[in-house]
Amino acid sequence: MTDRAVAAVAAPRPDGTAAATTAPPRRAAAKAAARRGTLAGWLLLVPALAAYVSFVVWPLIQGVQYSFYDWNGIGVARWVGVDNYFTVFTDPDLLGAIRNAFVLIAFFTIIPVGAGLVLATLIRGLRSKAFAASAQTVLFLPQIIPLAAAGIAWSWMYAQTGAVNQILGWLGLGWITRPWLADYGTALPAVGLIGSWVLTGLCTVLLLTGLGKIDVSLYEAVRLDGAGWWREFFTITLPGLRQEIAVLVTVTVIAALSSFDIIYTSTQGGPGRATLVPGLSIFRIGFTQSDVGLASAFGIVLMVLVLVVVLPIQRLSRASDS
Amino acid sequence: MIASRTERVLGYLLLSVAVIVTVLPLVSMFSAALQPADRNPTGLTWPTDPQWGNFATAFETGHVWQLMGSSMLIVLGVVPASLIAATLAGFALGSLQVRFGRAVLVFFILGLTIPFEALIIPLYYQAQSLGTVNTPWAVIFPLIGLYMPFGVFWMRAHFINVPRELSEAARVDGASLWREFRSIQLPLAMPALSALAILLFIWTWNQFLLPVVLIADPLQRTVAGALTFFQGQYSLSIPLLNAGALIIITPAVVLFLIFQRQFIRALVQGAVKG
Repeated sequence: MTDRAVAAVAAPRPDGTAAATTAPPRRAAAKAAARRGTLAGWLLLVPALAAYVSFVVWPLIQGVQYSFYDWNGIGVARWVGVDNYFTVFTDPDLLGAIRNAFVLIAFFTIIPVGAGLVLATLIRGLRSKAFAASAQTVLFLPQIIPLAAAGIAWSWMYAQTGAVNQILGWLGLGWITRPWLADYGTALPAVGLIGSWVLTGLCTVLLLTGLGKIDVSLYEAVRLDGAGWWREFFTITLPGLRQEIAVLVTVTVIAALSSFDIIYTSTQGGPGRATLVPGLSIFRIGFTQSDVGLASAFGIVLMVLVLVVVLPIQRLSRASDS
Repeated sequence: MIASRTERVLGYLLLSVAVIVTVLPLVSMFSAALQPADRNPTGLTWPTDPQWGNFATAFETGHVWQLMGSSMLIVLGVVPASLIAATLAGFALGSLQVRFGRAVLVFFILGLTIPFEALIIPLYYQAQSLGTVNTPWAVIFPLIGLYMPFGVFWMRAHFINVPRELSEAARVDGASLWREFRSIQLPLAMPALSALAILLFIWTWNQFLLPVVLIADPLQRTVAGALTFFQGQYSLSIPLLNAGALIIITPAVVLFLIFQRQFIRALVQGAVKG
């Protein structure tokens, strides 16, 4: 997920820079540059475009094509029109997977961004810069280890004899202990909290950078007005971080909707289908059940879902800019 | 900043809790890894007789050398090629006035939102028809393509911020475009390039879905992809599974701790640059 996370961190404002940084061109020079640039420029673009078109765009087109066929991957493919899409939107299992993905947004997005806001404000207020720096490093650590490893680490944490139950026991909450990932009621939130664990550090660090850009005198002013932590947070911090929050919401929502690694190594979608998500469904339908058409259709639906959720966030953050 | 005493104490307290929760799963893995391999371990306990040998066993039976080797092979296939292609394209889109450059950029950026999961089915059949399934190439080729939108975006963001005057001056001195790129632009791009290199390394190393689908032999996968092999291998021994997983994540963590400044800055810049 990290890769997509960062990719999307970068995605939101693709077009902001060009206009702002181009120096007012001297005409002749600009013309010469244009002449010099175009042919060579296109040559330089060839390797990148070739890789991107061959291994992203072309497979995408293929995926759209597969999605209209009934195909087991080996035999003859049979044209079925939009039947596969119809199945995606009517099959209770697949709908359940989509619903689970949306539930995960609460854990991948709301908790990390919320916790990130609190932690970033706290770190900013610290006197000890050494503690601030090391807290930042440690919080970021989950971003570095493979998500699949996070799934393994946490499935042990959540086990009957694992640390979660042990700590609950110490706290006198022994009566609620259970194998968290095997319980229908708790499996999805438990998996979701793994996502919170992974993403909170990223949110904290990014928000901390955002905080660094807020004018310190604003804080001094509001403190002189006698505002406490709470009012300071709502009148200065939160508005100042709008842009960063929009970026993080985009990143983490994509992570929630396309979660795979964590689920694969922690629950395999179980118990039953309690933690089934679209990524895992696509994997199973495509490679275990060999229903290539349906799996492809679900893949396309997943992509469209991501766009439908993410684009309005982009628009909102841009609107709030101007 | 003026902060009251209670606020400060509360702040340290909350932060400490967050830090503890963050390292807890790793500590719990460590404590499990040191318990007898043939018994069901219990949560966080320092074992009376720590079984350091578990790490050796996991290393041995997990074929860790081989795993690291095949991961490294995939990384070496993906990272340099991605860096070169992304730098050239980023230079073209950021520094040269390429006709339709804007459209090309948007075309790349659209790729940023595509989840790998949505492409995995066609990628499998593509690899099959190319005959690369079960070879490192099955993962290397697609990853180069999949990372390209980010790479191009990243390098362009660097090049567009290089002052125009520099290349104008080079031109006045009669430098060819290639010469300008080699002697002026590339040295200036080194920080951006090395940050991108770190990111691509870690993403490739941690890549899970592609290797699991495209390479049947777990020992030829990336390190992350091989974790499923560990799960199969050590399904009966939680201590060994945890020891193996810890061994697997250590190189990336060590690298992060060494380069953490560059690392965090790289990730954060991605957001700020746009």
